[in-house]
Amino acid sequence: MFPRPIEQTSGGTQIAYKTLLPISLFVWLLPLIAIFMTSIRPAEDINRGNMFGWPSGFNMIDNYTRVFTESNAVQYFLNSVLITVPTVAISVSLACLAGYALAIYKFRVALPLFFLFVAGNFIPFQILMIPVRELTSALNMYDTVQGLVLFHAAFQTGFCTLFMRNFIKALPFELIESARIEGVGEFRIFWHLVLPLVRPAIAALAVLIFTFVWNDFFWATVLTQGEASKPITAGIRALNGQFVSRWHLVSAASLLAAVPPVLMFFLMQKHFIAGLTMGATKG
Amino acid sequence: MTATPAVPVNAADGPNRQSSWLRRNRIKVAPWLFLAPALIFFFVYVIVPIIRSISISFYKWDGLYQADGTSNAEWVGLQNYINLFSDDRFYTALYNNVLWLVLFMLAVPIGLGIALFLNQTVTGMRFYKSMFFFPFVISQVVVGLIYGWFYNPDFGVVGSLWKLAFCEEVVNIVGNLRTVCSVDPPAVLESEDYATFAIIVAGLWPQIAYCMILYLTGLNNVSPDQIEAGRLDNAKGWRMLWYVIIPQLRPATFIAVVVTVIGALRSFDMIAIMTRGGPGDGSTTVLAYYMYEVSIGEYGGRFGYGSAIATVLFLIMLVYISYFLFRMYQDEKGQ
Repeated sequence: MFPRPIEQTSGGTQIAYKTLLPISLFVWLLPLIAIFMTSIRPAEDINRGNMFGWPSGFNMIDNYTRVFTESNAVQYFLNSVLITVPTVAISVSLACLAGYALAIYKFRVALPLFFLFVAGNFIPFQILMIPVRELTSALNMYDTVQGLVLFHAAFQTGFCTLFMRNFIKALPFELIESARIEGVGEFRIFWHLVLPLVRPAIAALAVLIFTFVWNDFFWATVLTQGEASKPITAGIRALNGQFVSRWHLVSAASLLAAVPPVLMFFLMQKHFIAGLTMGATKG
Repeated sequence: MTATPAVPVNAADGPNRQSSWLRRNRIKVAPWLFLAPALIFFFVYVIVPIIRSISISFYKWDGLYQADGTSNAEWVGLQNYINLFSDDRFYTALYNNVLWLVLFMLAVPIGLGIALFLNQTVTGMRFYKSMFFFPFVISQVVVGLIYGWFYNPDFGVVGSLWKLAFCEEVVNIVGNLRTVCSVDPPAVLESEDYATFAIIVAGLWPQIAYCMILYLTGLNNVSPDQIEAGRLDNAKGWRMLWYVIIPQLRPATFIAVVVTVIGALRSFDMIAIMTRGGPGDGSTTVLAYYMYEVSIGEYGGRFGYGSAIATVLFLIMLVYISYFLFRMYQDEKGQ
């Protein structure tokens, strides 16, 4: 292990390390802690300019409830869920199929097609903006949840396919070969043999895509306008205008928007990190 | 390993004997059936739009259509690209993109530093690691708001710390409390000189977290034998890090650099939230934001010009994409 395990060092170093840890964490998360402290202050603190000192009271529940009762936040959250969940389902399923095809069959264009999916992942969104906006309008889906779902699903399919293909490629090919010799059909091999084996990859992709799409802001501003389809990321900006200088509510709303991906991360930490660090250990 | 043995044809299997064309060619047809949904989707929403954006960049177009459905677009050839050369704002955006690229790279060594700091097995270490990773999970919009708040000269953390150092509260004649500062707290986001740097610092926060997690995973897989061998050779500290550890972290470094470059060139959300490209004449704008502003922003409506900016950004990204694909191709060949 590098650096040398701290247990093997002198007592002084160990104590220094153990005190430095919480201090560094505090500094690292200082912006977050500051905004959290603001979000639980009563309104009087904000008016009096007591932003940094000890709060005069703890209004956490009240402030956070107000975000929902005094704005469209409920609608925004609902929209975010309606956009994110179908996107995850569609892009992960399509990627399972495509990844299987690209990993298992040896045909000439397999690698170029794979590279196409990989490259599609990295392009700047702006090169897609105008045509995708036009296409969405032409489909009568501008300013709808479905319009966002279709685009996100298509775009995320690139990343998911990259991930799935590499995952399936690492499975033992002999399994599939022997199933073929047994006379099992291609789709049955996929469904009964491969799909159960890629469950960890599906879990990792699901949490990652959930986070990516939930946190999207650009496409939400490009493809929506009204309240009915706006997800929470774009909604916060609107709330920002609505709650002018009521900073305790602005900060509570911002923190609330971050809750679902954060929960997702803490509940599925193993899968989340496995997904993000794919490729960081081999190559 | 290279030549796969031919799959034995089991003609003796009764039910398969009256083999149709589909059956005989199923190994050839199957991949296309599996691929079709993803490919169609990806073509419609990604490949075709790229081609279309490039073609729009040769037109002057306000994005509108005439009553009979023909578009208002007017062919101007390379004019949009020529105009870019004399557009100060384009240069500012390009310069800021370079700044983002260069400064964003700091995320890689800082991420490595934090990963080394946290690569211990003290109790509670898992908690510390996830808390350090935390900023990456939060949406960039929220990060932008948090930092906008953090930088606020009147009540943000920066402003408050500044007041602790340079200001004192005095009671004036009427009895009102007033704060007097020897140097006024800096309004970083309102300064044309500092705003871009302030946004980049905010952007670095989640990016460092990402690089850190890549390196923590990498460090986990560093071979203990080599470290022992290094220790026997009296390699310690920096020498050990440089000659033994970093070479083994190469895959992690590669991915960290790739995602950081993409992150830097994609920067949009934070600028939109923190400064909307301002202050002054677009002093914090980058290509991604400028393109948005020119096409569908408040005074937008120049779709052709916007597409030309997008194409330039795309070409810059293409350099990195090609490099990444080239590396991937070499890996594939090696397998």
